[in-house]
Amino acid sequence: MTAVNEQMLPLVREVISGLQHKPGALLPILHEIQNRLGYIPPESVPLIAEALNQSRADIHGVISFYHQFRSTAPGKHTIEVCRAEACQSMGARQLEAHAKATLGVDYHGTTSDQNITLEEVYCLGNCACSPSVRINDEIVGRVTPEKFDQLVDELRSQTLEVH
Amino acid sequence: MSSSVTNNTVTKIFIPRDTTALAMGADRLAREIAAEAAKRGETIEIIRNGSRGLFWLEPLVEVETAGGRIAYGPVESNDIDSLFDQAFLSGETSHPLCQGLTEEIPYLKKQQRLTFARAGITDPVSLEDYQQLDGFNGLKKALQMDSQSIVDEVKASGLRGRGGAAFPTGIKWQTVLDATPTRDNQKYIVCNADEGDSGTFADRMVMEADPYMLIEGMTIAGLAVGADQGYIYLRSEYPVAHQILNEAIAKAEAAGFLGNNILNSGKTFNLEVRLGAKAYICGEETSLLESLEGKRGMVRAKPPLPAIVGLFGQPTIVNNVLSLAAIPYILSRGGQAYADFGMGRSLGTLPFQLAGNIKRGGLIELAFGVTLRELLEEYGGGTFSGRPMRAVQVGGPLCAYLPESQWDTPMDYESFQAVGAALGHGGIVVFDDTVDMSEQARFSMEFCVAESCGKCTPCRIGSTRGVEVIDRIRNDENRAANMELLSDLCETMIDGSLCAMGGMTPFPVQSAVKHFPEDFNQPAPYNHGEA
Repeated sequence: MTAVNEQMLPLVREVISGLQHKPGALLPILHEIQNRLGYIPPESVPLIAEALNQSRADIHGVISFYHQFRSTAPGKHTIEVCRAEACQSMGARQLEAHAKATLGVDYHGTTSDQNITLEEVYCLGNCACSPSVRINDEIVGRVTPEKFDQLVDELRSQTLEVH
Repeated sequence: MSSSVTNNTVTKIFIPRDTTALAMGADRLAREIAAEAAKRGETIEIIRNGSRGLFWLEPLVEVETAGGRIAYGPVESNDIDSLFDQAFLSGETSHPLCQGLTEEIPYLKKQQRLTFARAGITDPVSLEDYQQLDGFNGLKKALQMDSQSIVDEVKASGLRGRGGAAFPTGIKWQTVLDATPTRDNQKYIVCNADEGDSGTFADRMVMEADPYMLIEGMTIAGLAVGADQGYIYLRSEYPVAHQILNEAIAKAEAAGFLGNNILNSGKTFNLEVRLGAKAYICGEETSLLESLEGKRGMVRAKPPLPAIVGLFGQPTIVNNVLSLAAIPYILSRGGQAYADFGMGRSLGTLPFQLAGNIKRGGLIELAFGVTLRELLEEYGGGTFSGRPMRAVQVGGPLCAYLPESQWDTPMDYESFQAVGAALGHGGIVVFDDTVDMSEQARFSMEFCVAESCGKCTPCRIGSTRGVEVIDRIRNDENRAANMELLSDLCETMIDGSLCAMGGMTPFPVQSAVKHFPEDFNQPAPYNHGEA
């Protein structure tokens, strides 16, 4: 694992040097690393700390504060299920139970085939067509358990085509 | 409707690129309609507009005709054949999905759209569309005015912050105008686009349907207080808004509406979108500023106010998207024109957002004073499920649940305050009679556990204890004593928390206990409707 992370460090350095001049650069840097790699390898923390003249604890503290940032690799796809009130009123509680059961993972977990990571989210702003899920950067509305299964099937067949 | 369009004219078709339209399949639909038109030898131009906010009709497809735009919705893939067969390209209205002229749909026609006047009509990133419909007139006026006159115009409008706290925008601007920076004469304009309340999507719609209005509003704010740098702090849960804002900012810069010489005035205003990272607390303005500075989103004590010591320690306007979006109208038409809408001390319009278990959800911009019941029944048309409505949460996860006895309350800041509720950002989430209000109360505490910044004890620990106490009540353990404990805990959180997160989390809990006591007197799980 560590060896894999080490290979990513040149890219991390490139991201840092491209963004470190910005005022309040830390969040943009963390977003860009996660965009490119899918997560923020722990080995990048000392590099960021040095570039921004902050302590490693500061950087780690920011990564751990925000729900979005992760320190381990996610699955190929990320599905976020909205847990907020508008979705609750339209059956989000049943949907999240169904999602967990179907994928066989809890929130923050990744399916055993490394294909899908399940996350929770509080509101995607699609509250008039609830319940909603986000699949990577795409938001889907009026998601019934049947529609959820269909979406998961599409993701799985996409992955098969890629291989 | 007679056909004035033949096969060799270009018919304009509008299919929104708004999040909800996309979530209901607009992208695929646009591709399929283009393919079908090509197959049939019809020449069409598909314009990806913003949404009209009639979300129950999404994807709403509009066809331009000599008589106006005709709406069809909600359109699904398997409707395409019949739409073409029934000549929808010539505005033929016989198709069952035809809603007639868009502008005549009562839900839209009855609204008073000031902030959302252009929403759904234009291509959101077209500078030409924006300018044809009054765009940048406010900015042009502001460039002719001195700073104090701009601030005076905003004061005259009576505009109060639309983020939820309803603080007078003009007073905030005056404070920033009068403040002296400690470094490089630097002041900032920060737009709070961390629209985290469930049931709200008005900010998102502004950014996705009419981003230049926000850009114009922020630029005017910069001119008003002498700030040359703006940031839009956008929640990362809004990828579509992010894309559209970045497109719009790049085009506005290229055309001289942003940058170092705005419309050859010699004035400077630069704008950048910064993404949040899934933290509800960053919608609180001081936490947002910490986050923009690259820190954990920990709430700051006030005073000092951000207007005086804000971003990077400098005087900063922090305004909600809707507040800034109201500015171009105010400058273009005058503060008084805006103040002519509304009632009492709630002047102007508020975009209400009808969400959750509702038949016709969407955005409804009206002057303050409409009642909640009018919105729920006349606009909303009852629940989506068809079951009776039972509870309505207005203003987001930190605001009260209202029982039917309170639905005749006029929608303005003071009337809502009088019944122990708040308008917040205007979001309305409807629940039918299957809702278990003790479960909703539990969620309020659970949400606070997940989203508290952790700075103060009543919020950080109180919410965890709150979940435990409600669980005991739901499990019928020592109920009377635990109800009393819950009541004490709520008081402690309200009185002892630094910001609204801990200070308001008890409001939905208390309202659930007060108005729906039966849900706390039955062993959980308790189901109101049939199983």
